[in-house]
Amino acid sequence: MSEEEWLIKGVSVCGGPVVDVHIVDGQFVSVGRDLEAVGARVLDAAGLIALPGLVDLHTHLREPGREDAETVETGTRAAALGGFTAVHAMANTEPVADTAGVVEQVWRLGQQAGYCDVRPVGAVTVGLGGKQLAELGAMADSAAAVRVFSDDGSCVADPLLMRRALEYVKAFDGVIAQHAQEPRLTEGAQLNEGEVASTLGLAGWPAAAEEAIIARDCLLAAHVGSALHVCHVSTAGSVEIIRWAKSKGWQVTAEVTPHHLLLTDDLAQGYDPVFKVNPPLRTRTDIAALRAGLADGTIDCVATDHAPHPVEAKEAEWAAAANGMTGLETALRVVQLAMVDTGLLDWAGVAMRMSVRPAAIGRVPGHGVPIAPGSPANLTLYDPAAPPEAVDPATHASKSRNNPFAGMALPGRVQATFLRGVPTVLDGKVTR
Amino acid sequence: MKRHLISAAELSRDDAVLILDTAAELASVAGRPIRKLPTLRGLTVVNLFYEDSTRTRTSFEAAAKRLSADVINFSARGSSVAKGESFKDTALTLEAMGADAVVVRHSASGAAHRLAGWVTGSVINAGDGTHEHPTQALLDAFTIRQRLGAGGGGAGNGASGLDQRGGGLDGVRVTIVGDVLHSRVARSNVLLLSTLGAEVTLVAPPTLIPYAVDRWPCRISYDFDTELRKSDVVMMLRVQQERMNAAYFPSIREYRRRYGLDAGRMALLPEHAIIMHPGPMNRGVEIAAEVADSPRSTIVAQVSNGVIVRMAVLYLLLGGAGEAA
Amino acid sequence: MCAMRPESGPEQGADSPDWKAVLTPEEIRRALTRIAHEILERTHGGEGIVLLGIPTRGVPLARRLAERIGEFEGTPAPHGSLDVTMHRDDLRLRPARALRRTEVPPDGVDGKTVVLVDDVLFSGRTIRAALDALNDLGRPRAVQLAVLVDRGHRELPIRADYVGKNLPTAQREVVRVLLEETDGEDSVLLGERDQ
Repeated sequence: MSEEEWLIKGVSVCGGPVVDVHIVDGQFVSVGRDLEAVGARVLDAAGLIALPGLVDLHTHLREPGREDAETVETGTRAAALGGFTAVHAMANTEPVADTAGVVEQVWRLGQQAGYCDVRPVGAVTVGLGGKQLAELGAMADSAAAVRVFSDDGSCVADPLLMRRALEYVKAFDGVIAQHAQEPRLTEGAQLNEGEVASTLGLAGWPAAAEEAIIARDCLLAAHVGSALHVCHVSTAGSVEIIRWAKSKGWQVTAEVTPHHLLLTDDLAQGYDPVFKVNPPLRTRTDIAALRAGLADGTIDCVATDHAPHPVEAKEAEWAAAANGMTGLETALRVVQLAMVDTGLLDWAGVAMRMSVRPAAIGRVPGHGVPIAPGSPANLTLYDPAAPPEAVDPATHASKSRNNPFAGMALPGRVQATFLRGVPTVLDGKVTR
Repeated sequence: MKRHLISAAELSRDDAVLILDTAAELASVAGRPIRKLPTLRGLTVVNLFYEDSTRTRTSFEAAAKRLSADVINFSARGSSVAKGESFKDTALTLEAMGADAVVVRHSASGAAHRLAGWVTGSVINAGDGTHEHPTQALLDAFTIRQRLGAGGGGAGNGASGLDQRGGGLDGVRVTIVGDVLHSRVARSNVLLLSTLGAEVTLVAPPTLIPYAVDRWPCRISYDFDTELRKSDVVMMLRVQQERMNAAYFPSIREYRRRYGLDAGRMALLPEHAIIMHPGPMNRGVEIAAEVADSPRSTIVAQVSNGVIVRMAVLYLLLGGAGEAA
Repeated sequence: MCAMRPESGPEQGADSPDWKAVLTPEEIRRALTRIAHEILERTHGGEGIVLLGIPTRGVPLARRLAERIGEFEGTPAPHGSLDVTMHRDDLRLRPARALRRTEVPPDGVDGKTVVLVDDVLFSGRTIRAALDALNDLGRPRAVQLAVLVDRGHRELPIRADYVGKNLPTAQREVVRVLLEETDGEDSVLLGERDQ
C-alpha cells in the first residue's frame, strides 16, 4: 500500500463537471470541488478528462517464448502509457498458457514489472490444439485466478468441445472468449474476401466464416446457460447476430478492436503487411456497423488485441508475414477519433466501454469501478484537446513497431495513469 | 511507380500501344544477320525466380541478351523468412550487385510490390502469386493484334480489320476460360485487353470466379458454348488437378465436358477466331490435343512473341533516362 | 511507363522565335534534283544502290530521291528507312524513345551501295548510329550520305557526300526542315533557341 497522497485538481470525471480528486493510500477518499489536502502532491489537471483506469480484455504480451517481440515488462509499460491499469494476457505464448504453472509465471512477471495488473488468460484446449480441454479449473484456482479462457489465435472449432468448455467454466464463473474463425472456410486466407482481395490476388477471408461460428456459439451458450465472449468482432453480420442473441437475454458479450473501428481493407493495396491482421480489416459498411454496435451496447467494449511482432515478421511478402498490430499506446486516441469526435459516444460512454464493461466481463476486482470514495485509485487522465500528432512507432514503449497508424495524426494524449494510487505515467511518460 | 512494370493496371492505352508498336518494330531483329541490338549494353538484368519456370525465365533472358544486357539468373527456393535468406535480404544483395532491373517471379501476391520498395532499379513482375503477370498479357495482346489485324480479322464484329501500329484491340471479343480465381494471367489480361478496347468475357464454373468480379471490366458467363459462337479469341487457362481436391469442381471429366475446348467446340467458333493458351497446357483437360495443334492455335507464336514483347518492355524501362523522382 | 512518348514533333518553342526561311520550296526541289544527278554520276548510273532514309524526315527525302532517279533512269531506285534509335549514344539522357520503322528493300544491303538520307547534318552522331545500325543489317559495299542541309558543328569525323545546302549556323540556332509529306509544306527555317 502506497503512502503517496495525490490531489488531482480541476479534472472532468468522465466528461462531467470539473472537480478535484483526492487519493490516499491507493484509494479515492474524496471527489468534489475545491478540495484541499496538505502534504499531497498536486497534479494540475485543467482541461483533462478522468476515466477509471482502462482495462484491456485482449493483449498479447508474448512472454514466455517470444521475448524478441515483447515482454511482460515492455508490454505493460506500453499499456500504462496507453492509460491501462489492467490487461488480459492471451494464452498463445510458448509454452502455451494451458497450465497453472504458466499462468502463475505470467501473473508474477506482471506484478514484478508493476506497470499494471496482468490477468493471464488461460487456453481453452491443451496447446491450443482444439482437441482436448486444458485444466481450466487448475488455472482458475491458481494464484493467477484465471476467469477468461481463450484459444485466441485459433478458433475452438469443434462444436462439441466448445459446448463442453462453455459448460465446464460455469463451476467457477469463467467465460470462454472465442476467436470466431471457421478454419475450413479460411484455409490460407490473407485478407477480407471482397473486391480488394480479388484485385490483389490474395485469398479471401469471408465474413461468413466469422458469423457462422458466432451464431453457433451463441446458440450453444444459451442452450447450456453459460457465458460467451466474442473476441475482435469485425463484420456487420456479426454485430447483427450478437444483437439478436442479446435480445434473447443470452449471456453473450463482445469486443471490438480500435483498428476495426477505423481502417479498411483498401489499405492492403500496397501489400504492406503492417495492415495484415486476423480477423482482417474489412469494409466501410462493416466499420459503420461496428461503430453503431459499440455505441448502442451490442458490442460491450473495446479491446486492443495488441499483437507485437519483430521487424522481419512484418517485412516479408504479404503471404509470409505475421498477423497482428500493436495497439496499446494508440487505443484511446483511436477511440476518440472514431467514436467521440464523431459524436457516437461521450466520455462516460468511453469509460463504460474501456473500463467498466471489460472489468466486469473479465471479473477483475478493483478495476472498472466508479471514481468515488472507497474505490481503488485506478485512474487515467487524458487530454482530448492535445494537438493531433502523427503516430511514430519508433517512440513507442512496446518492443515492436508494427503499428498501422504510423504517420496518421491522432488526437488526444494520455497524460497520467495511476495504479492503485501510484502513478505509472506522469506527463505522458512512464515514471520509472 | 513509373519505372516498374508490376501490374497491367498501371498501363494506359497509350502506354500499352507504345509497347506493342515497339515490339512490332523489334520483331524484325530476329530476321537479321546480327540478331542483337547494343541498346542495353553495360546494364545488368537479374532474373529472380522463386518459382520454377524455365519458359518465362529463358524468354526474359533471351530478350535481355538480344539487347546486349548482362543477365544474371538468381534462382531462390521457397518462401522467405521460414527458409533461409529472407526476400528482403535477397533484394538487398541484388541491389549491392548493381542490378539495373530485376525480373521477379514469386509465389506470393504482392512480392513485386515489396521488391520495388527495396531496390533502386526497375522491377518487372514476371508473375506474383495469383495477382498479375503483365508481360504475359502484353504478349497475348500483341499476338491478337498480329493475327486478327493481318487482314483476316474482325469479320464477326463488323470491323474491317484492326490497325496494326498505333491501334488497339477495339471491339475484339475475347473469352477467357478456366480457373480465373487462381490465374494471374487472367487478371492481367482482363485489365490490359479492356484498356485496349477489347470486350472481355470470363467463362468458368462459379467456384472458379473471384468474389466481387462484377467490378472488373468484363462480363461473366457460366455457359461456354454460347460464348464460343461469338468469340474472336478464346484464351484457355490451365486447370490444375489440385483444384478438384479442394472441391472447386467434382471431377476432371465433368470439367472437360463443360469447359474443355475439344474439336467439337472448336468447330463452333467463328472462322477467323483464334485459340490461345499461356502454357503450360494440360492436353486432354482444358484443351484437346488436336485443338492445340490446329492452325487456329497461336500457342507457339505466343512463345516467340514473348521474347520480342519482353525486349520492348526492357527497352522502354531501361533504354532511356529514368523518370525524375 | 508514362515517361515514354512517341518522338515529339516540331522543336519546342517553334512558335516563338523569328523563323527565317533559308530555302524555298523551289530551292529544295532543285537541290534534290541536283543530288539525284550527283548520285547517278558517282555510282555509275545508280547501279546497286539502295537509298535508306533516317526517320523522320529522311524517309520522304529518300523516297523523293528514289523517284527522281527513276525519272532519269527508267526504274526507281530501291528505297526504305533505317531507324537508328537503338544505336544512339545519347539514349540515357532522355526517357526511352519510341522506335521508328526500319524497312529494307527485298534485296537487302549486302554488297550494295547504301546512300543514307537525312534532312539535317549537325553533330554527326545520328549518322554514326546509322552506320552501326546498318552494320547489323548486313555488309554494304559502300556507304554514302546525302543530306538536305549541312549546318556544321561536327563532333565526329563524319562528312556528307551530297549536300543540298551548306548552311553555316551558330550552335544556339535551330534549323527546322518542313516537308510536304510530314508537315504540309516544303521549307527550311532558321531560328534562335530561347534558352
